[in-house]
Amino acid sequence: MRSLKLSNRFFIASLFLSTSVFSAVQVIQPSENSYQDIQEALILAEPGDVVRLTAGTFYLRDSLSLDVNGVQVEGEGMNQTILDFSDQQSGAQGLSVTSDNVTLQDFSIQNAKGDAIKVKGVTNIKFLRVKTEWTNGPSSENGAYGLYPVESTNVLIDGCVAIGASDAGIYVGQSKNIIVRNSRAEYNVAGIEIENSYYADVFNNLATNNTGGILIFDLPGLPQQGGHHVRVFNNRSVGNNTDNFAPEGNIVGEVPRGTGIIIQANSDVEIFDNEIGDNDTVNIAVVTYGNETDDQTYYPHPKSIQIHGNEFGPTGYNPDTSKGELAQILFDLSGGNMPDIFWDGLVPLSQIIFGQPQDEKMIITNNGDGSLLAIKPIGFMLPYLEPAILDINEFDGQISPLPKVEFDENF
Amino acid sequence: MLSEFGFFKDMQNQIPADGVHPYSLVSQLFSDETDKLRFVFVPEGKKIGYEENKVFIFPVGSTLIKTFAYLNKNGPMDQQLLETRLLINTNEGWQAISYVWNEQQTDARRTIAGATIPTSFFNSEGKQIDVRYRAPNQNQCKECHQVNKTMTPIGPKARNMNKNVEYQSGGMNQLLYWAALGWIDQNLQSTSMSNYLDLDATLEDRARAYLDINCGHCHIPGGSADTTGLYLNFTEKDREQLGIYKKPVAAGRASGNLKYSIVPGHSNESIMLYRMRSLDPGIMMPESGRALADDAGIELIKNWIDKL
Repeated sequence: MRSLKLSNRFFIASLFLSTSVFSAVQVIQPSENSYQDIQEALILAEPGDVVRLTAGTFYLRDSLSLDVNGVQVEGEGMNQTILDFSDQQSGAQGLSVTSDNVTLQDFSIQNAKGDAIKVKGVTNIKFLRVKTEWTNGPSSENGAYGLYPVESTNVLIDGCVAIGASDAGIYVGQSKNIIVRNSRAEYNVAGIEIENSYYADVFNNLATNNTGGILIFDLPGLPQQGGHHVRVFNNRSVGNNTDNFAPEGNIVGEVPRGTGIIIQANSDVEIFDNEIGDNDTVNIAVVTYGNETDDQTYYPHPKSIQIHGNEFGPTGYNPDTSKGELAQILFDLSGGNMPDIFWDGLVPLSQIIFGQPQDEKMIITNNGDGSLLAIKPIGFMLPYLEPAILDINEFDGQISPLPKVEFDENF
Repeated sequence: MLSEFGFFKDMQNQIPADGVHPYSLVSQLFSDETDKLRFVFVPEGKKIGYEENKVFIFPVGSTLIKTFAYLNKNGPMDQQLLETRLLINTNEGWQAISYVWNEQQTDARRTIAGATIPTSFFNSEGKQIDVRYRAPNQNQCKECHQVNKTMTPIGPKARNMNKNVEYQSGGMNQLLYWAALGWIDQNLQSTSMSNYLDLDATLEDRARAYLDINCGHCHIPGGSADTTGLYLNFTEKDREQLGIYKKPVAAGRASGNLKYSIVPGHSNESIMLYRMRSLDPGIMMPESGRALADDAGIELIKNWIDKL
């Protein structure tokens, strides 16, 4: 067996030896072998390398993946370098990334069979001017997510565009330290969604023509939950009136058409200085997670929510009562006079009786002539009380600004 | 080239060199009905570590060798060797590489980006089946073989190896064979897992064995599908985590308009079965490693869910 062992050792060493110490730029042009060319480059890249995809359309039948730290994958512009997965035969994503310190920039991913770009379990990921799109418009046949970082730390999404996702265009899940800015989400079910995440800043974005513009959600039964510290500011969430086209079973399938912003579960969320209007059902909804769960560690109610300085446009003029219960309840309670802000008022039983702790109360202030409807659960229990609060001033209070999200963007 | 390792005396007939031993698993992953020829090399004089319910702890230098082939026992075609995958335990941990066989079937060449092999084979009923066989790229190896970012073998757990195997020297329990080689302790205590194809085992045991070996390497805490909170590994006990009345998290259209992963008594309303049946890359489970549906596995999981 001696000969086998020896030849083995030398051969194995040569297989895994890294050969280069300088960063290199590998340039790839569209060809018959686009998949092979790109995938090999992504596997053989060394930390510090750039894989550059020239202008043109790369037709790909299998999904691409990157698992080398410190690699930059770049195109020559989101409308110039196009990775087209219309004829995808295998793989659940367009591109998947599982390595740290990666930058993706200036290309677009079209018509992936599943998610367009999934990034899982990494530290430091930048999406700069990346576009994900399903080109046939809203359809339940489209993939779930456009930009999809999950279980990651230090996520920057800047100047991106996401169109046509059957779940969320820009979706950040179970992550920490997140910045989503200067981006556009259009014709998705959810435009931008931050789910089960900690410390997120969502600003200077446009969410329009989605079913719901911006969603801050928390779901049970996941490795990371109890989402908190999310700031949503200086965004425009307007005209999100596309009928919900999510396949059933998915949580966003319950979002009514015409919703500007939804906060579900989560704590410490600050929604300020946004322009929210022309949404058929409601501009802002603050709600409890409504489904059954066995998860004892999960807290289904939103708390410590602050909403201030927002400018509201028309809303509620064409509520979508076909999805979930939200719009129907709101319509019934308001007698058709739909508010800008809705809170379902659900809190734990002890808080119904003894009241909410001061620091968990919702604060709504300085929102111009914005209107509100909040359900008073006790009003349902005791028929001589009003079932709803309509006076927005009942939520007036001092804003305690949440800290800015910061991390080193020059990794 | 694969031959440079010297693992085989006879490449084409897959006769291993001295010191390279065949092994097989009780329950195995469905891979488009390929026949899998497994071999293991352990450096001379070295021992294998053991922890219950875990993969054996192989010493550095060990190599797991797995050839995927259509042996076509039931049809007129010759056998076809497709690819040979190596898992090599180096000083930096396990490394995966795949070698794709040449047309002459004399040797196999290393592939980095994987390979597509359009072919056909004869199934157990003698019917010819066309398949777009995919040899995985290196990253796809990691998709299944990584737990908490560390590469690890999947199959060789004691519970999944406790069975008799035909060696050149005759039939023998392979754990005892490994003990005789001096690799493991003769008195090693292990639970046993069922062969999911063994009709004498209980439906529950067969279903859990199937889910473990086909799904549990990704659907396990720390695995590449842990983001969903759906855990299908053998030791998972929580019913919701196993999928029972569990809502999908990031399935998108792969939910098939169904509400839960598993609806007890109603396989047709269960997302799990819908995804096992699908051939659409955006829907199918597992995500990679198959282009065909596993009819036997589908039947098993269908019966299991219907009787839950």
